[in-house]
Amino acid sequence: MRVPAGRGILVTVGFRLMSSTALPALASGRRLLNLWDAGAMLCVFGALVAVAGAARSTLAPLPEASAAVIHLAPSYLPEYALRTTMRMFAALVASLAFTFTVAPLAARSRRAALLVIPALDILQSVPILGFLTFTVTFFLNLFPGRVLGAEFAAIFVIFTSQAWNMAFSFYQSLVTEPEDLIEAARLFRLTPWQRFWRLDVPFAVPGLVWNTMLSMSGGWFFVVASEAVSVGNRTFTLPGIGSYVALALTHERLGAIAWAILAMLAVILAYDQILFRPLVAWSAKFRFETIATLAPPDPWVLKLVRRTRFLRLAGQRLGGLADRLAGLPLAVPGRRRRAAGPPSRLVDALFYVVLAVALAAALWRIASFLAASLAWSDALQALLYGLFTLARVIAVLAISCIVWVPIGVWLGLRPAYARIAQPVAQFLAAFPANLLFPPMVLVIVYFRLDPAVWLTPLMLLGTQLYVLFNVVAGAAAFPGDLREAAANFRVGGLLWWRRVILPGILPYLVTGAITATGNAWNTSIVAELAAWGKVTLVAPGLGAYIAQATADGATSKVVLGVAVMSAFVLLFNRLVWRPLYDYARRRTSF
Amino acid sequence: MDQIAPPVLPAALLEVQSCRQTYPKDAGTELVVLEEVNLRLAAGEIVGLLGRSGSGKSTLLRIVSGLLTPSAGRVLWRGQPLSGPAEGVAMVFQSFALFPWLSVRENVELGLEAQGVPRAERARRAEEAIDLIGLGGYESAYPKELSGGMRQRVGLARALVVHPDLLLMDEPFSALDVLTAETLRTDLIDLWAERRLPVQSILMVTHNIEEAVLMCDRILVFAANPGRVASELAVPFAHPRNRQDPAFRQKVEDIYALMTRRPAAAEVRAQAAAPAAAGFATPLHPVGTNLMAGLMETLAAPPYEGRADLPPLAAALQLEADELLPLGETLQLLRFAELEEGDIRLTEEGRRYVAADTEARKRIFAAALRANVPLVAAIRSVLDERWNHRAPALRFRDELEDHMSPEYAEESLRIAISWGRYAELYSYDEEADQFSLEEVP
Repeated sequence: MRVPAGRGILVTVGFRLMSSTALPALASGRRLLNLWDAGAMLCVFGALVAVAGAARSTLAPLPEASAAVIHLAPSYLPEYALRTTMRMFAALVASLAFTFTVAPLAARSRRAALLVIPALDILQSVPILGFLTFTVTFFLNLFPGRVLGAEFAAIFVIFTSQAWNMAFSFYQSLVTEPEDLIEAARLFRLTPWQRFWRLDVPFAVPGLVWNTMLSMSGGWFFVVASEAVSVGNRTFTLPGIGSYVALALTHERLGAIAWAILAMLAVILAYDQILFRPLVAWSAKFRFETIATLAPPDPWVLKLVRRTRFLRLAGQRLGGLADRLAGLPLAVPGRRRRAAGPPSRLVDALFYVVLAVALAAALWRIASFLAASLAWSDALQALLYGLFTLARVIAVLAISCIVWVPIGVWLGLRPAYARIAQPVAQFLAAFPANLLFPPMVLVIVYFRLDPAVWLTPLMLLGTQLYVLFNVVAGAAAFPGDLREAAANFRVGGLLWWRRVILPGILPYLVTGAITATGNAWNTSIVAELAAWGKVTLVAPGLGAYIAQATADGATSKVVLGVAVMSAFVLLFNRLVWRPLYDYARRRTSF
Repeated sequence: MDQIAPPVLPAALLEVQSCRQTYPKDAGTELVVLEEVNLRLAAGEIVGLLGRSGSGKSTLLRIVSGLLTPSAGRVLWRGQPLSGPAEGVAMVFQSFALFPWLSVRENVELGLEAQGVPRAERARRAEEAIDLIGLGGYESAYPKELSGGMRQRVGLARALVVHPDLLLMDEPFSALDVLTAETLRTDLIDLWAERRLPVQSILMVTHNIEEAVLMCDRILVFAANPGRVASELAVPFAHPRNRQDPAFRQKVEDIYALMTRRPAAAEVRAQAAAPAAAGFATPLHPVGTNLMAGLMETLAAPPYEGRADLPPLAAALQLEADELLPLGETLQLLRFAELEEGDIRLTEEGRRYVAADTEARKRIFAAALRANVPLVAAIRSVLDERWNHRAPALRFRDELEDHMSPEYAEESLRIAISWGRYAELYSYDEEADQFSLEEVP
């Protein structure tokens, strides 16, 4: 990509990273659902049903683990914020572990890749929030009588919102490693361990850091939602910002909600400055480029580390140790990697047989589960609600684009503003929009507005920012000479939008829109059913359907709702976004 | 003839015996990229593998390095069958293949680290190699801070630091500009002649004829389709060699003549045995129409007046043999020029093309394409036959893939599209991946 001279440096970093966003929905060449998708979908839902079944069968003697008492005094907030953040990072560590095991497996084994990649694609489209109930009961049963179970459940929910795109990003890096570096690594006879730390991981770092940031942003939304979960008539609470807000909601304490929002802002600002800014600056070292580019100024934390003697020495020690560990010639004794021969037919056959059995089991499980408690009318109803929510998602997306594309372009073409606007939008997108719901609900209640229409803006809150920061990045990356050419030929007005800037930012706009749509679907589960004190507002839709079924403990309806929603998301990705993205990549990238 | 018997030495460092490399294609057929290659490498010699792209010379280098297992035949390394990358073999890459996140020193130490050499020893040997190759002072720099020449020095130091018995070089200087490449070549040869390189033998791939004559003691000239060793020459000059030396010039001329020689009668017969396949499957060289026109105009004008000796022509046009030969062969394919014994001669048709104006040139080019390029002719006649004058590109791609690898098939099709567009024989819609006769006069 070409960077016009004198452009904002931060923006430059932003859009370079942008291009490494890993969206499984866009990666493969497949257009519509194929056999592997169907297989992966069956497996995923089979597993979910199994978990749900296990959870339900033991629902009756549920252990008493909801003892945590939440206080609404602001002085408790720092502790709650800390606990919430700890959960986030615990999930992040789990996601990294998942990434480092599953992605290499898929990249090295053709058979594993056949299943893992569609599964990642589908898992990313499944609104895991709908399964909160089951995961909570499942983990509570694993650790009866302890808070640990609830903690694990919350962490698991966050994990499921983070892991997939990170794993996919790593997988993509692994399969796009430059051939000459692979040959060099083989020729100098690096052991698998050395190769992993000297080639695989460094090559993946820029994309992985960016996707980790995206995952963190997505995670806040879930951590807030997963700290206070009602199953049937019981509520399980974990001390944290999410449960604090839930309590404030039932007690109608607007002041407390304001404090929570403030605390959340502080937390996000802190980890952004202390962790991610330095991490992004550091990851620039691993960017695979052959020419030196102007390095952005070091973030203040990195400067602090470099200029403080103690911190610097500690950093060097740690770095040296890590380097030595990475360089250890570890290898499984007696095992040498064979040159790639023709794949074994026998193992292939065995693999397919095992797969077929697993699929049949999943199919049977799902069928028997759904048939026991559902009628066709339920499916029709879910589909209808799905259409309602789809209409909302499209409306939200259209409004986001109409409002934010012009503003984003305006900002992006002005480097001085773009430098500020892009990170701010990115930062705000990380803010869990569900914390902002209560004031909105209050407005609806106060003015007696129709919830079917006016709950929709809640979905807009977080969604619009993805469109904004991607458009800003795209406009900032627009080549200066093309702008000058357009000005030279006096291309203006509508023609300029149609022929110059919109095609110019299309890949960014599509990336933003995909992220925004995924976010909107997930938000609908929280946003279509909102409560303020004793008042509950419902906007008919799939999100409300799932939320209601969760509150009622109607397991099969939750499964049905989530399945329908996944199908909507998947089809939307395949039918709309992928062709558009392919087109944008082919036609309008520089 | 220059055909010589390999020197009989007691201990060959490396022996390649009847190696054959094929890639499986669908329907049980195979694509042969390397056929019946024999090579014996002794200590103390530099051997060059010279040939054009697609002649399998890089494939042979990868077989020798152990990165690739041959489909048939044996590779003996120090008398033992080779399986996988062996100790004592190091490679220098065309693209340098430096790890951008490792500093110069860390890159150089990589091979030692893999061997489990202790830290202090590693640092000492890395420093030694870095100094030998003229990189002192750059130890802590990162590759992206270095120029191309300096990067390839890192590549060399990284290979030499493991003290390999055999140094493999895959077009090591072709990514560098002319002056930088020359400096690196002479530096390397000086070190070799002074016996300061910690290697016993060098095997290098190149497409630069002068480079091969300048550096190698022995040159294996490769031919394509299928890739094979066409001839072997000894270069008995002492180092340092002088490019202006008449004997040196003569050697370069000889190799040009070898590489432009028409296929022998036996080969022509072999191709005629499968008439349908042979024409369709002729791989097209990626040569632009502007380049062809430019070369024909140059040839027609003084001082060449229709005939040129290839080596000086290559030098005057600043083209490498690897670039000039495909261009000349394409003109030969279209019967605009003829190659013979290292010369290129414009034909009557070629002169007519040069004399014509833009529209007439297109007509002459179209006629030449239809007469001499079966793929283009086939596309056009299919379009003429179809009622809607449309045809998916897929069908031609599939047919091509029966005869060549998917990459070459794709490339050939791209070239057919580009030439056909220029000649206004057909148009092509990339979005629909479809040929048509729209916008064709």
